[in-house]
Amino acid sequence: MTNKKVKVATVSLAGCFGCHMSFLDLDERLVELVEHVEFDRSPLTDIEHCSSDCDIGLIEGGVCNSENVHVLREFRKNCKILVAVGACAINGGLPAMRNHISLEDCLNEAYRDGIGVENAQIPNDVELPLLLDKVHPLHEVVKIDYFLPGCPPSADVFWKFLTDLLAGREPSLNYELVHFD
Amino acid sequence: MQQFIRQLAQENDFQSTCLLKILRAIQARYFHIPKAAIEQLAPILNIPRTQIQNVIAFYSFFHFEPRGKYDILISSSITDLMVGQKELIAYFAEKLGVKIGEVRADGVVSLNNTSCTGMCDQSLAGLVNGYAITKLTKARIDEIVENVNKQLPLEQWSRDFFKVEDNIIKSGLLLNQKPIQGEALKAALERGLKETWEEISVSGLRGRGGAGFETAMKWHYASEEDAEQRYVICNADEGEPGTFKDRVLLNSYAHSVFEGMTVTAAFVGATQGFIYLRGEYLHLYDKLEAILEDRRKANLLGKNILQHGFDFDIEICLGAGAYICGEESALIESLEGKVGIPRNRPPYPVTSGYLGKPTVVKNVETYFAAANIAIHGGEWFAAFGTAKSKGTKILSISGDCVKAGIYEYPFGTTIQTVLDDCGATDVLGVQVGGPSGTFIANNEFGRKLAFEDLATGGSFIVFNNSRNILDMVHNFSHFFAHESCGFCTPCRVGTSLLKKQVDKIVEGHGSAGDIVALEELCQLIKNYSHCGLGQTAANPVLTTLERYPELYQNMLKKISYEPGFDLDKSLETARRLANRDDAAAHLAQVEE
Amino acid sequence: MNNKSIVIDGKNVPFEDGQTIMQAATAAGIYIPHLCHNPDFTPHGSCKLCTVKVNGRNCSACTFPASEGQNITNVTKELNDDREKITQMLFVEGNHFCPSCEKTGNCNLQAVAYHLGMTDNHFPHFFENREVDASHPDVMIDHNRCIFCTLCVRASQQEDGKNVFAISGRGIEKRLIVNSESGLLKDSDLDVNDCAAHICPTGAILIKRTGYKVPIGQRIFDHAHIDTVTLANEGASHDE
Repeated sequence: MTNKKVKVATVSLAGCFGCHMSFLDLDERLVELVEHVEFDRSPLTDIEHCSSDCDIGLIEGGVCNSENVHVLREFRKNCKILVAVGACAINGGLPAMRNHISLEDCLNEAYRDGIGVENAQIPNDVELPLLLDKVHPLHEVVKIDYFLPGCPPSADVFWKFLTDLLAGREPSLNYELVHFD
Repeated sequence: MQQFIRQLAQENDFQSTCLLKILRAIQARYFHIPKAAIEQLAPILNIPRTQIQNVIAFYSFFHFEPRGKYDILISSSITDLMVGQKELIAYFAEKLGVKIGEVRADGVVSLNNTSCTGMCDQSLAGLVNGYAITKLTKARIDEIVENVNKQLPLEQWSRDFFKVEDNIIKSGLLLNQKPIQGEALKAALERGLKETWEEISVSGLRGRGGAGFETAMKWHYASEEDAEQRYVICNADEGEPGTFKDRVLLNSYAHSVFEGMTVTAAFVGATQGFIYLRGEYLHLYDKLEAILEDRRKANLLGKNILQHGFDFDIEICLGAGAYICGEESALIESLEGKVGIPRNRPPYPVTSGYLGKPTVVKNVETYFAAANIAIHGGEWFAAFGTAKSKGTKILSISGDCVKAGIYEYPFGTTIQTVLDDCGATDVLGVQVGGPSGTFIANNEFGRKLAFEDLATGGSFIVFNNSRNILDMVHNFSHFFAHESCGFCTPCRVGTSLLKKQVDKIVEGHGSAGDIVALEELCQLIKNYSHCGLGQTAANPVLTTLERYPELYQNMLKKISYEPGFDLDKSLETARRLANRDDAAAHLAQVEE
Repeated sequence: MNNKSIVIDGKNVPFEDGQTIMQAATAAGIYIPHLCHNPDFTPHGSCKLCTVKVNGRNCSACTFPASEGQNITNVTKELNDDREKITQMLFVEGNHFCPSCEKTGNCNLQAVAYHLGMTDNHFPHFFENREVDASHPDVMIDHNRCIFCTLCVRASQQEDGKNVFAISGRGIEKRLIVNSESGLLKDSDLDVNDCAAHICPTGAILIKRTGYKVPIGQRIFDHAHIDTVTLANEGASHDE
């Protein structure tokens, strides 16, 4: 492994942060990892935007709204290697299960007609990102270089993938590490 | 309705093999297949209701929901687009007051696109309640709209609308022969059936549908099989866009075709024959029935034909809008009253075909040629053509030429000769063999019509330099996705993915990796599909990508990636519901 | 004494007349990936995962008869890469959200994907709107997960002596349909003990109230590979 630290950025789009939690399951291996890795934009650092020279971008979650698109593009622009992490990033996952219901029905149910809704109104603040008709996996919006399946991928998956990359090997996951659930 | 259906089933001896025929009658009368009809039919035909539902869902001309009393379909093949199909159908829709694909609120009329109806030499064509209408212009459309709105019965419409011309422009060896009414049978019986088979063998006649299997071998295999019944089938499901020669042969040479079938039957020992006529050729049905009746009267069909002790008869079965039924085993499935899904092979139809019995399936043109060979002998035929492709080939020529129509050439004729004859100038290229064939560019016109060079079932579509090849690729990709039977994964999913991928590139949303993705998809469909449809579905892309890579490259944006769906449009619902139109409520398709 | 043989990936494999390549391979302990094939029923040949090269030509191993002189390749990078893409086609065609599927870990579609090293779905998703039929007291259909293998159709006809299922529609419009007047499973002849209720290789047909009896992590393919599992099951089934 080289001395220069590898810059890693992470983000959760339409995800549940479960993949990030699983990443933290690296536990004491995180200590070893940070000897070789510097975290850039990430919920772990609170850095708000990617540096222009990120090496690896780990993205959890699919693309469900306009902000997701902007963030994903920022990552693609600034990261040499972009990785779709977890089921939602790879195929839309649970959020994409809304895809067979029209967006109008979804919003009406949540904000207008649903049980217990008070002050019924579909949110329209300009600060809020608008929802896309359907939730899309990352590879349908930008080019993705690697995919780490799992819901979430286990800490071992992150470890194997990152250590492979850091060692200059083509990352590969053995059978036990490939899970879609 | 109950009585009608009961009677219909009875007329068909309660045979489930007649399901398509029965459903055609129900569709014609009720403009759809009512649920009650399905429930009534299933037990009396002794089939599960799901078989009926499958058939209705599979064939384009059957519907679960009512179509209009006048159901109008407009052919949307590439040759139709060349004469302004899109504009004309939009005009039609506007005048009728109906949306394309829908039924007018009063239930009187419905309008939709349909796959090529085999009238490319008299475009724009379509179907009204299944009957062919040709040469549609705005003036003609106006008249039709008037008839529809007056609810004038079809029989009272101007006969001109329904006029289908033969357009035989260039006759050769076969088309110069008079229709045969017994001569071939007599010659075959006098010469001896075995000897006649030898003449067929000497003639080198290969199947005219495109695949080119040797006719004599098929006869031989089918006759060798140990079976108490054998069948002879004429494939008149001429669905390849751009081909219409079978239409002409059946209109003007039906006697010869039937006689070819009868000679075949005599040799292989079949007593029953079928002609599977594509639904789009409904206009030929009555005429063909009358010819069959004449032949029965002349003892050329029926019992003890020509007092030679063999029986044979032919039944006409109409298709219902499915290109895949041109594939011989799918055609057999369809004849059995089922959906047209190609069978696993082996066994081949010559061993196990209709109802599991040895069956010879040949193209209209093949039987036409066989009948003539039975009279004139194998040498007569083999004197024309090339070493591997004997005799002549009948072409259906359409597109950018002065004289669209039927042309007959000896195999080995160059494309240039054909182009000169049909008055094609300023030619960009020719689609030989229809969408499943090959697109050849204007530096290849020295190539020859022959199984060993450019094999073709007869479709020959000319494109001049004003045309955009990608429009054709777009049209053909949609065609295959629409016509895929859906049996196997690579074709079912692949042709739909290919359609999307072609749309993406043609509509200008392609980027760096999209050509690679396109090629990858093409290879998967081609190499892994179950039948000829899938194996050739990528040909329009593959043959043009090979010849015009720059045409595709030029469509690409100089960026690394663009989404395959419209991002900003994807926000439209949310914008409307939030009543927003600010800058943040929009997305650029690609990063600025 | 049977001395007829074919060659699969360089290995001599004996066969008997009438056997398919798949049957001969399975009997010899060679796994050929497949989804629509099950040795108990008439081969279908539709998923195309079992495509092998027979003397250079692609053939479906489950339907193609074995015959003398066949030199077959099964495990090659080219074939497995293409099998992976065909599997990905199935994943984008339906709506396969493994984390929320009861069948996860016991699903052949998923296991074949694992076997082929698939980590993503590669193609754009169709996200087609498909229904769930939960009308039957004991069995449910989630159409989102149907891959049109017809195993339920065949099992119902050939094993249960019924005709509960059919695949309807053309092309990408294909759908599993149920043989009942209402079209609902509850009004069909299906019984929870029918073979057809248990044969689905994915999570499209599920037995209610059994889904989580075995926890995720302890399921068939969580640790075992589909090749071993299949050869153990289907090899045995051939011997019966």
